[in-house]
Amino acid sequence: MTISASEIQNKLERILPYVQKPGRYTGGELNQVLKNWENVNTHVALVFPDLYDLGMSNLGLAILYDELNQQQDVLAERSFTPWTDMEGQMREKGVPLYSLESKHALIDFDLVGFSLPYETLYTNTLNALDLAGIPLRSDERNEFHPIIIAGGHATYNPEPMHAFIDAFLIGDGEKVVQEIVEVYQKCKQSNLSRQEILKALSQIWGVYVPALYQAYYHQDGVFSHIEKVWEEAPNPIRKHIIPKLPTPVTKMIVPYIDTVHNRVPIEIMRGCTRGCRFCHAGMVNRPVRERSVEEIIQAIDEALANTGYEEVGLLSLSSSDYRQILELVEKVSAHFEGRDLRVSLPSLRIESFSADLMDALKDSRRSGFTLAPEAATEHMRKIINKPVSTEQLLETTRAIFDRGWHNIKLYFMIGHPSETMDDVLAIVNVCKAVLAEGKRIIGNRAQVTASVSNFVPKPHTPFQWVACDSIEIIEAKIQLLKQNLRGRGLKLKWNSPQETMLEAWLSRGDRRMAEVIYTAWKSGAKFEAWKEYFNYDLWMNAFNINELDPSFYTQRERSLDESYPWDHISTGVDKRYIKQEYQWSLEGKTRPDCRNHCYACGILPNFNNLRRQNPGDFWLCPEVNHTKSSNLETKTIPDPS
Amino acid sequence: MEKWRYRIKFAKTEPMRYTGNLDVQRALERTFRRARLPLLYSRGFNPRPRINLASALPLGITSQEEIADVLFDEKIDEIEVEEELNEACPPGLKILKVEIIDLQAEILQTQLLHAEYSITFLEEFSRLTEALKNLFAQQEIIRVRRGKKFDLRPLMIEWEELPADQSNHQRILVRLSASQDATGRPEEVVDALGYPFQNTRIHREHLFFR
Repeated sequence: MTISASEIQNKLERILPYVQKPGRYTGGELNQVLKNWENVNTHVALVFPDLYDLGMSNLGLAILYDELNQQQDVLAERSFTPWTDMEGQMREKGVPLYSLESKHALIDFDLVGFSLPYETLYTNTLNALDLAGIPLRSDERNEFHPIIIAGGHATYNPEPMHAFIDAFLIGDGEKVVQEIVEVYQKCKQSNLSRQEILKALSQIWGVYVPALYQAYYHQDGVFSHIEKVWEEAPNPIRKHIIPKLPTPVTKMIVPYIDTVHNRVPIEIMRGCTRGCRFCHAGMVNRPVRERSVEEIIQAIDEALANTGYEEVGLLSLSSSDYRQILELVEKVSAHFEGRDLRVSLPSLRIESFSADLMDALKDSRRSGFTLAPEAATEHMRKIINKPVSTEQLLETTRAIFDRGWHNIKLYFMIGHPSETMDDVLAIVNVCKAVLAEGKRIIGNRAQVTASVSNFVPKPHTPFQWVACDSIEIIEAKIQLLKQNLRGRGLKLKWNSPQETMLEAWLSRGDRRMAEVIYTAWKSGAKFEAWKEYFNYDLWMNAFNINELDPSFYTQRERSLDESYPWDHISTGVDKRYIKQEYQWSLEGKTRPDCRNHCYACGILPNFNNLRRQNPGDFWLCPEVNHTKSSNLETKTIPDPS
Repeated sequence: MEKWRYRIKFAKTEPMRYTGNLDVQRALERTFRRARLPLLYSRGFNPRPRINLASALPLGITSQEEIADVLFDEKIDEIEVEEELNEACPPGLKILKVEIIDLQAEILQTQLLHAEYSITFLEEFSRLTEALKNLFAQQEIIRVRRGKKFDLRPLMIEWEELPADQSNHQRILVRLSASQDATGRPEEVVDALGYPFQNTRIHREHLFFR
């Protein structure tokens, strides 16, 4: 059953008047790239498996769209999962999932790439494939079906989705997507079979084809190891990195409708040297690479001319750590003065300098200032390796209130390893202390919002060994906060423990989890990130049907020498190193910021050739010397132990 | 401070059919920003440009006559403004005319009298003429909008039949009241005719001012 783009277009005209926010489904925005389908060799669909409103604010998608469309013989078009009213109409009227640009059915594309930044998009991915009429399972697809690829942060543990994705792209995607397309084109020219194409793709640095491996388990159900079923498949699969961040995208699509972020996103730096032990992004995005101030200013200039946006987001995992941050902020303010431009600078460190930075942005809106202490006691902050003193926190909040902000938002997590009820209660004390500072400075206008989320142990982090709090414990902790964090000027936000469980199961899931995901989807699970759709019972039922115990994935204390289902995916940071980090956390030992001293996490030895070919200080790891190449790993990197 | 008031006539076309009124305003603002034209912003907590649309256009309706007044803080030649805007327009907007008007001129909304819409019926409406005649013959047509009763009849000014389009769809033209306190909506008329408005294409053809 195939349906042409014009038939889809005709049917859409009849169903759009019946759905909410039809502007999500039409495409045709400023800066969209519409190429002639017939004249282009390879057709790539880029899918963000949630609403348009969310997906259009995803920088990764914008980067890949731009990269691919720069190629003459390639076109890339977008697709998003429709909200349930639209899905209902599409299924009823026989409209498959289509691309916004040319309205071609997804099944007509050569390659379909899913963006999976977080685990709660898994069921939507299955739903998107189903709505596209593409068989859900990799082994059910044939020569007429597109190759299904997935990338994004969640795919550093690809195993739970292994049955549905033909090839994962692990790591920085912007350059390797072109390589994937080139290899695909060569295979097609030689009339290779689907199997052979996948094998060829597996030879690209960063590509993981799960069908080429088999997983084994111990009698007690614990993962044992993985074996190749094809000799030439790589093991481990090393994440792909780009040594130097390319010029930022400046011609991004401007949606007609309101989306979550209506702004020019400019990534100023990738990675983070701080090494907070809970932080997945901080571990998997090493090494740290910065863009130059000049490059950023020029990119903003171009992007404003191309989009007309009123806001720029200077994005990174920790803006304060960008080395020329003050210079950047001052130059941005000076360069764009009088242009009615808002500049947002998220992820600032807890130091009064952060208030200076925001001041330098000359933004008149002083509504809210966000800080992320993550834990409320100095002891706990040592465990998670975010060693900020409480006095430093208070001093920072004083500086913020002093400069005219009324509302300070504090991010905390509960459920860190070894956390007690006293540690949780300390959140209340910290918030009250901050509020007291505020009241002293600006009186009763001062407000403190505690935004409390539940800690989820993530693969490839030093906390991958630890157990997650049970629902009952999380509920008790939230209850404690609700009872005590009240009163004028105090606000508490918390997350549902049930939703946390889903994230926790999927984060450290193995291949057997694929069947749970499938069963859950089959019984109606989708839009997990949306409160109105998430259904806990349905997931428990899916575990039951597949005879798996959810607590095996979350509450189990894991032994130090256990092998993990994601061990064959290499982030460049060695397991030996994160294991030591875990042990240090148990001893309350902290690891300093690695920008001044290398602690041998593994990145340099793993990428030493790349580093040698790319000298310079845009890459924050130490330079690798030409002459010492043979025994470089032991010579230039001091071992901290 | 120097202020100049420009009246912009523009069309909202197919790609922006499902862009709501606030978002149209936003799209216009960004068009001015891309063209680097000197929009005057309100000062204060949340600076907004001064863009004033004559009449909100409901979602799902295209138009070949939308009018907006905007303020600049610098005088720029009208032709130049028109050219630069058109270069910066998104696919769903087209600038038709730009003129400088008196700063003291009455605001658009108070001057607006009627709006004319063409309605294309995508499925055959077998007794269209008869239904229209009947509708216009009534003394009052009581309907409910947002929980409130109102009489549609005085909002309907006149109608005429148009020749069928290329796909042989029936078409009509209706003129409705568009003054501030009495705005007739074309979907209401289609609905009152007993026809599902989802099966029509509605296009605003013209605005009439005092």
